[in-house]
Amino acid sequence: MTFAQQLLAFFYAAVLASVPLLYGTLGEILIEKSGNLNLGVEGMMYLGAIFGFLGGFIFDSAAMALLFAFAAGMAGAAIYAFITVTLKANQNVTGLTLTIFGTGAANFIGEIIKDSHAAGTVFISDKVKNVLLPLDMGILSDIPVIGKLLFSHSILTYFVIILSVSMSIYLNRSRHGLNLRAVGENPAAADAMGISVSKYKYIHILLGGGICGLGGAYVSLVTAVGNWQPNIIGGQGWIALALVIFSSWSPTRAIFGALIFGALSVLRLYIPKNIIDIPGALFSMLPFIVTCLVLIFSSIKQKREHQQPAGCGVNFFREER
Amino acid sequence: MPKTYALSRYHLVQRGDMSTFQTWLFRLFAVFGALGVGGIFLLMLGFNPLHIYWTMLKGSLGGPGMQKETVKLMIPLCLTTLGVALAFKMRFWNIGAEGQICAGAIAASYFAYFHNHLPSPLLLFVMAIAAIIAGGLWGLIPAYFKTRYGTNETLFTLMLNYIVLYFITYLREGPWRNPEGGFASMPRFTKQARLPEVLLPGIGNVHIGWIVMIVAVVWMFIYLRYTKQGYELSVVGENMMTARYAGMPVKRIVMRTMFISAGICGLVGMLQVAGPDRQLTDAVANGRGFTAVSIAWLSRLSPFGIMIVSFFFSVMQKGFSMMQTEFRIPGSMSDILQGIILFFVLGSEFFIRFRIAVRKEVKA
Repeated sequence: MTFAQQLLAFFYAAVLASVPLLYGTLGEILIEKSGNLNLGVEGMMYLGAIFGFLGGFIFDSAAMALLFAFAAGMAGAAIYAFITVTLKANQNVTGLTLTIFGTGAANFIGEIIKDSHAAGTVFISDKVKNVLLPLDMGILSDIPVIGKLLFSHSILTYFVIILSVSMSIYLNRSRHGLNLRAVGENPAAADAMGISVSKYKYIHILLGGGICGLGGAYVSLVTAVGNWQPNIIGGQGWIALALVIFSSWSPTRAIFGALIFGALSVLRLYIPKNIIDIPGALFSMLPFIVTCLVLIFSSIKQKREHQQPAGCGVNFFREER
Repeated sequence: MPKTYALSRYHLVQRGDMSTFQTWLFRLFAVFGALGVGGIFLLMLGFNPLHIYWTMLKGSLGGPGMQKETVKLMIPLCLTTLGVALAFKMRFWNIGAEGQICAGAIAASYFAYFHNHLPSPLLLFVMAIAAIIAGGLWGLIPAYFKTRYGTNETLFTLMLNYIVLYFITYLREGPWRNPEGGFASMPRFTKQARLPEVLLPGIGNVHIGWIVMIVAVVWMFIYLRYTKQGYELSVVGENMMTARYAGMPVKRIVMRTMFISAGICGLVGMLQVAGPDRQLTDAVANGRGFTAVSIAWLSRLSPFGIMIVSFFFSVMQKGFSMMQTEFRIPGSMSDILQGIILFFVLGSEFFIRFRIAVRKEVKA
């Protein structure tokens, strides 16, 4: 392979790896904008992954797979929303618990289906995979370079780009989006304006959870090509949480953040051994080290508009003022 | 037309009238509720939940051998929770116990692998000190940036977990790999680097960690309640501004507390590698850092409460491994049930903190 081809392949692999991160990041941005910090991204992605897999496996339909994944992510988020918004419990602990629960539930269900079916029969059919796996758009995909770069991705990849652009418009230009930000920044003020704080929180936590669920479905259906494996998400939800900070709560900046982290996670496969020979385990650390650096630098810079929504982590209790 | 606003008929009132006994009773109810929901789940899978719960109880407490295993699970869980609880008391979200355990384990293993000519008591002592320092320093990194720049410690400590975990993988595949042995693993410790066993009355010989655990619980109770440092850290936790106004060196308190918190977690790493594991593996922390967060919260950060709740959790974990072998239920069921229990208890706090009051009808 020539260097140019290698570079192209690397970029393509980076895009593949960045999509689930981007889903997780967008979901969490929406949640944090409502003033809730949900550490359960990993758990919601797991729920989306297993239920997306189940939907595809049982109904043999890509639409059902995605619907199931979205609903499962939402269900996980609903538990979180009920406990933190209505029952006002600690957000950190509830989010962590959601991760423990989601991880356990996904691995459990995965093992049960594998046990209850004959070996080698638990996979997603080609019919479903043809819809979700990277597309072949005929002539468009055959254009050198550009075809590979732009016209040969999964439908979920195109959707996530549309999603992040429309989320950016929603948050910055629409009335509801601005209300949402008011809820996240200062719930008491939003409440005084006549905005229903709980309603806004519920709706956006649930939607965010659904989006995380789609990211999970991408992992089980596209990254793993429809073969269920235990511990399939493997920390991507945590990276997504860090990406929220990296992209300073902006859905469009999140695209670039996810691309960088996607690239970091596949970099090892594309660096020729004879140039730099770094052990694989040290390479796997890279995204996490970069995240730490990002955390440090973003806290040193401290720009006002690039901060976490001020209401994040604190539950709103109207009577307490 | 002007909008009319009506106050809703129900509203929340904060309550402070529950005794400690009542709140614990409440939590116990919540746990039973969770076991009920878990039971329904098991029933749907075609198991008799009562039978399963009974097997779990028998499998964890039914005989000296099982009790011993349960205590072995309890030691790291209880100590880790004490560690994170200290940081939580200061409202410092240390969810990096997982990594701090690993850091301690690596430092201890270094001495176990490369300085095992030392006499056993000295070697173990050096290992313990090295583990405390390594764990403590690993925890000091996020504490430093938190106090200096306000860096988000929740995510920082979390990311540090993965870094040190992959470092163990690196050691296993590279420099510390056992030259014998087919697949990549690290050698077993020599005799000098293994913890001695001490008789635990009524149960049998358990590695010395159980004494460390009891000492730590008592120490923490005294530290939090009767020492100046303990007082300072709880003031910082309650209100940072108050602490500053009172002239407390807030930064130093945060760093000091975090060093102790992470140091205890580091010691757990040493106790694990020199105790039950007898070698360094990447499963040395095995999710304890996260479970500890839950336990710390459930026990309201009280040292004796931590001991009780972590006992309950180790019974559950041992019971689950029993369940796995007897009924062939996947081990991940333990995470599900743990999650359900936590959801219930977290939710039940609401009824301890608030009362739903009904507004009296008032004529306009």
